[in-house]
Amino acid sequence: MRSCRWRAGLLAAAGAVLLSACTGPKAEEPGAPDAGAAPVLDGPLRVAVISHGTAGDAFWNVVKNGAEEAGRQLGVQVEYQSDGDPGRQAKLIDNAVAQRVGGLVVSMANPQALRPSVENAVRAGIPVITINSGEQQSAEYGALTHVGQNESLAGERAGRRLAELGKTKLLCVIHEAGNVGQAQRCAGAERGFSGETATLQVDINNPADVQARIRGAVQADGSIDAVLALNSQVAANAVSGIEQVGSTAEVATFDLNSDVVAAIEAGDVLFAVDQQQYEQGYLPVVFLKLYHDNANVVGGGKPVLTGPDLVEQGDIARIADYVERGTR
Amino acid sequence: MSTPAPPLTPAQPDERIATPRLADRLIVRPEIGALLGAAVVFLFFSVSTEQFLTGDGVATWLDDASTLGIMAVGVAMLMIGGEFDLSTGVMTASTALVTSILATQAGWNVWLALLASLAFAMLVGAFNGWLVMRTGLHSFIITLGTFLALQGLNLGVTNLVTGTVQVSGMRSTDGYESAGFVFASTMNIGGTEFQVSILWWIGFAVAAALLLVRTRFGNWIFAVGGSAVSARAVGVPVIRTKISLFMLTAFAGWLVGSINVLRFASVQANQGIGLELQFIVAAVVGGCLLTGGFGSAIGAAIGALIFGMARQGIVFARWDSDWFMLFLGALLLAAVLVNNTLRRRAERVRR
Repeated sequence: MRSCRWRAGLLAAAGAVLLSACTGPKAEEPGAPDAGAAPVLDGPLRVAVISHGTAGDAFWNVVKNGAEEAGRQLGVQVEYQSDGDPGRQAKLIDNAVAQRVGGLVVSMANPQALRPSVENAVRAGIPVITINSGEQQSAEYGALTHVGQNESLAGERAGRRLAELGKTKLLCVIHEAGNVGQAQRCAGAERGFSGETATLQVDINNPADVQARIRGAVQADGSIDAVLALNSQVAANAVSGIEQVGSTAEVATFDLNSDVVAAIEAGDVLFAVDQQQYEQGYLPVVFLKLYHDNANVVGGGKPVLTGPDLVEQGDIARIADYVERGTR
Repeated sequence: MSTPAPPLTPAQPDERIATPRLADRLIVRPEIGALLGAAVVFLFFSVSTEQFLTGDGVATWLDDASTLGIMAVGVAMLMIGGEFDLSTGVMTASTALVTSILATQAGWNVWLALLASLAFAMLVGAFNGWLVMRTGLHSFIITLGTFLALQGLNLGVTNLVTGTVQVSGMRSTDGYESAGFVFASTMNIGGTEFQVSILWWIGFAVAAALLLVRTRFGNWIFAVGGSAVSARAVGVPVIRTKISLFMLTAFAGWLVGSINVLRFASVQANQGIGLELQFIVAAVVGGCLLTGGFGSAIGAAIGALIFGMARQGIVFARWDSDWFMLFLGALLLAAVLVNNTLRRRAERVRR
């Protein structure tokens, strides 16, 4: 019994010693963030690209292709990592910092969660470029530039185009429950679209469920004449779901893949909002190379926009080949 | 008419009280396989990558192992008690959401919000345990129900309250700094920042291990996991023990949820889904039997360490991330197989 108490005392003492060296996280206070540190000028440039996409995601595969192609062309060593969970993505960033990479490219779907890790990288003197999402927080966290598509602008553009095409009731399909960007797209679409808008929640991992729920939604409300999918897979499911019930609703989508290309060619899908994510992989590597070799900075504090580019039936022939090779 | 017992001579001690050889004593420990596995993974990445052993490198994989480890220990205790909990992954998000919604939307002090989410976790844990005991259904089914219900609740409530799918803004709430100091600070050791979650992990594992092997309650856990019927027959309060175990697992979920919400200052409504399987894997790698009645808290903590080392080591080794899951799967299978072989040997030694 005595030895137990003695041990407990020792543990408590050790804990107290450790805690005395602790630093708590800083609370939010207005103020200027740290200025970017000097670039690392020696050795071959190594860039880590850390996205929030899940492994095997078609969209992020194009980003990966873009980053790797830029790396090949410029002689930059590019490593791509991804994790959809913000906590684990933060750990991947910490890992890259521990490796002292020469440059960091991060997509910030959940900016707050990545903040300590990104700021830590900036403090360690690693130039950071944010891509895809997190435009608003990019500069605040000390990133050089943001490369991406403004989600609400893209949604607005899609909504406006649908309105121009004479649609009156829009169904916006959200396929990832926790994704802020998707919520922004639907909100943007609602702004751009003059008619009525509703949203529908589906699970992207279960195509049968996606199809059935969209079918159910257009069946339940016959006045829906436009369905906006936020992902090419969802668009394909929406087209077949709508066909099954003989609704007159038409589908528009975000993102391209070969199925969407075929569907636009066939007139099954009205248009695709392409954010040209290849550029989101390619450009940051170029920018980091320029920063590394020449201390160049792009954008002047504004984001570099890669989209939206509306792809309709008229443009599809030219773009189809690029989709085929995984760069569009 | 009793015959006198033959006198024991010092030359022939009873084999039941004899001191077994050191090797045999070690091999019956549930965590020994995990320890060996951890050593192999550690050596492998120490040799094959440059950064694995640097201060920053160690901080990275310890950090990855820590929150997983806290959950694995909780889940291991429950598994030793013969039950499963599939709602653990989502619980880490639910508790974080309760805390962050109360703090950012209702303007509560963070400490008060943390207390409320702890109460919430205890309620869900108790509900899980009570329903399992009350219905006699397998905990797999009951907690699958809670898992789905919590998942829906997380998304529904978050969307309803904030109008978006994540809660953010924790950094500007009352009491954030002091709560953050406890749950999400960093320790500077030799110029490297280590997350305080590592301390929580070690502390929780040691506390659980002491509870398991040094207390009467620990004996009850092994008893109800081995055979609930026999345990009841010898007077073990089976229902109380099992409900407590579900509450302990929920507590671990609250602890990890609090660490996450204070460190990342935001919660996504779909966070944590799918993690429950990782917790179970870590516990199994750490020597827990899926059938209950056997296992170790320290082993589960080491199982999480293997997971963390492998996950970050693969990144340090710069392997193409497309193959990431394959490497991880092969590694875990290897660990479990080694474990299994050792356990069989252990059972032979015991007989």
